[in-house]
Amino acid sequence: MQDAPEQFETPPASLPRTAQQPPARLTPAAAEPSRLRRFLDSDLLHSFLRSKLVVLAAILTTLLVGAAFLAPVIAPHNPYDLKSLSLLDSNLPPMWEQGGEPGYPLGTDDQGRDILSTILYGTRASILIGLASVLLAIAIGLSAGLCAGYAGGRIDALIMRIADVQLTFPAILTALLIDGVAIAIFKTYDLDAAKFGILVVAIGLSFWVQYARTVRGVTLVERNKEYVQAARLIGISPFKIMFQHILPNVLSPVLVIATINLALAIITEATLSFLGVGLPATEPSLGTMIQIGNRYLFSGSWWMVAFPGLTLAVLALAVNLLGDWLRDALNPKLR
Amino acid sequence: MLAFAIRRLLEAAIVMLTVALLAFVLFRFVGDPVNQMVGQDTSLEDRMRLREELGLNDAVIVQFARFVAGAASFDFGISYQMKQPVTAIIAERAPATIELALVAALFAVSLGIPMGVYTGIHRDSWLSRVFLAVSLIGISLPTFLIGIFLIYVFAVKLGVLPSFGRGEVVRFGFWRTGLLTASGLKALILPAITLGLFQMTLVTRLVRAEMLEVLRTDYIKFARARGLSKRAINFGHALKNTLVPVITVIGLQLGAVIAFAIITETVFQWPGMGLMFIQAVQNADIPVMAAYLMLVAFLFVLINFLVDLLYVRVDPRIRIYGRGA
Repeated sequence: MQDAPEQFETPPASLPRTAQQPPARLTPAAAEPSRLRRFLDSDLLHSFLRSKLVVLAAILTTLLVGAAFLAPVIAPHNPYDLKSLSLLDSNLPPMWEQGGEPGYPLGTDDQGRDILSTILYGTRASILIGLASVLLAIAIGLSAGLCAGYAGGRIDALIMRIADVQLTFPAILTALLIDGVAIAIFKTYDLDAAKFGILVVAIGLSFWVQYARTVRGVTLVERNKEYVQAARLIGISPFKIMFQHILPNVLSPVLVIATINLALAIITEATLSFLGVGLPATEPSLGTMIQIGNRYLFSGSWWMVAFPGLTLAVLALAVNLLGDWLRDALNPKLR
Repeated sequence: MLAFAIRRLLEAAIVMLTVALLAFVLFRFVGDPVNQMVGQDTSLEDRMRLREELGLNDAVIVQFARFVAGAASFDFGISYQMKQPVTAIIAERAPATIELALVAALFAVSLGIPMGVYTGIHRDSWLSRVFLAVSLIGISLPTFLIGIFLIYVFAVKLGVLPSFGRGEVVRFGFWRTGLLTASGLKALILPAITLGLFQMTLVTRLVRAEMLEVLRTDYIKFARARGLSKRAINFGHALKNTLVPVITVIGLQLGAVIAFAIITETVFQWPGMGLMFIQAVQNADIPVMAAYLMLVAFLFVLINFLVDLLYVRVDPRIRIYGRGA
């Protein structure tokens, strides 16, 4: 629910690569047999298959992400298509309960939207916002961390001071405050269109600090290595050294944080939407579904909140487990 | 020590000024304050007079100085929505949040520490596994889902506990407490558990990790060799030495409790400051938002300042660094 307390400050053992070599990918394309062989023999795959829980988490994540992105194809109804909605179909229980209809396997909500379809579309929205905000956080954090670590001095002090200050506030509070302020600003304009962007910016801005700190730590080590000194000697611009030569070497800790952050970002989005300051109620998202369902809890319509809630819980847990495993597998110090 | 404190104080002041600037920009430039205060049929002259009275025609820097001076004396203007001074609204709402946060923290500590000690001593027992599984759920599930689940079980299905509000409150001056009536206490149970669960898992995991560390040290081995009772070793020697980091983390977590109170208060319609903030956001009630922003920033800066000072007292290495820098 909150920033993962663990920091990933130490560079992983796989780091002594030179900048000329591309970083080994985690899931290399099968085109090159030697590379596939190497992947099959790697510690990463071994530790992955050893833990049944992690395999389960990976399967669940794949299933959920796959189903979410195939939503327009596999969903029985389209919750965006207002013409297909009928209030006569509202508040239907799941099909195995008394009064349920097979056309609506998990029941319907107060507007007559099919819960299953809405969950599929909503999961897609949640994952998209999560991914976009994590990418934004990486972009900010990576640039800030590289600059701070490579330039040092005043720039370093300034960036790290800002990071320290922001770190004292919980990420979800920062996201809530940025989101609240943005909504107040856009209140007078066409808000619904802007809400997607507001959410991404609010969540992205509240998660960049961890990347910046980690990247800075690794950059401080890399800066003094020979390949960087060589590059500097032959007159390559600092910008190119940072983003072309050092960047590949800081990516693996960034990947670990990104996985754990993805779960956090999805939860943050759902929380903001639940609080009524995220996506509008017309936009299917897991958070808004739970918010709507919550109003009907006392009338016995448990399915409106139970199924989206379960989806959110499973998604968050599975991605979290994957992130934990990735951290342990890529960090040899913990073995 | 003094140099360190002054430096930290300066940094805290800069942070507060930055937040104040943000709140001021929000207050001054989002929507027109005059339009928010008067009705449709107010004449232009009246509007101009109000504008002059509010000082909105002064230079921006003067207005900012006035805003900061007002904030320093807890004057944040009048709420657009409720037409009351913001300070009065906050004074009315604060006791609810403070009581909720304190009870939640108490719950987290009084359950988290024993669970942490138990899982630290009996590493492989099945009960430890249950505790750790519970703590995994507490750490990865969103607060509002846990709250809704508790409402469904205890309020909807079993009907034993209320799902919203504070119950009956007793008044002491401006402080209205729900701790003295049966319905007030009952209403507090579910929100406090929801709010405290995350902190509880955090305390459990921290105490467990610290216990595992301490139980490996030589002085514990020596205590065992001296034939001291298990109780004396585990609680007298081991637990006591784990408490310093635990107290620090709990102190720092007080801020997080206030942040999560926004979510818990919304789920349970708890009439505290968090719910006030969410309602202010939905109604674009800028003065209330600005005041909440400043208040939260102040709390966090204060907590961090105190924790920093505490560290310096505990760890002499920081003291030397603070003098050198």
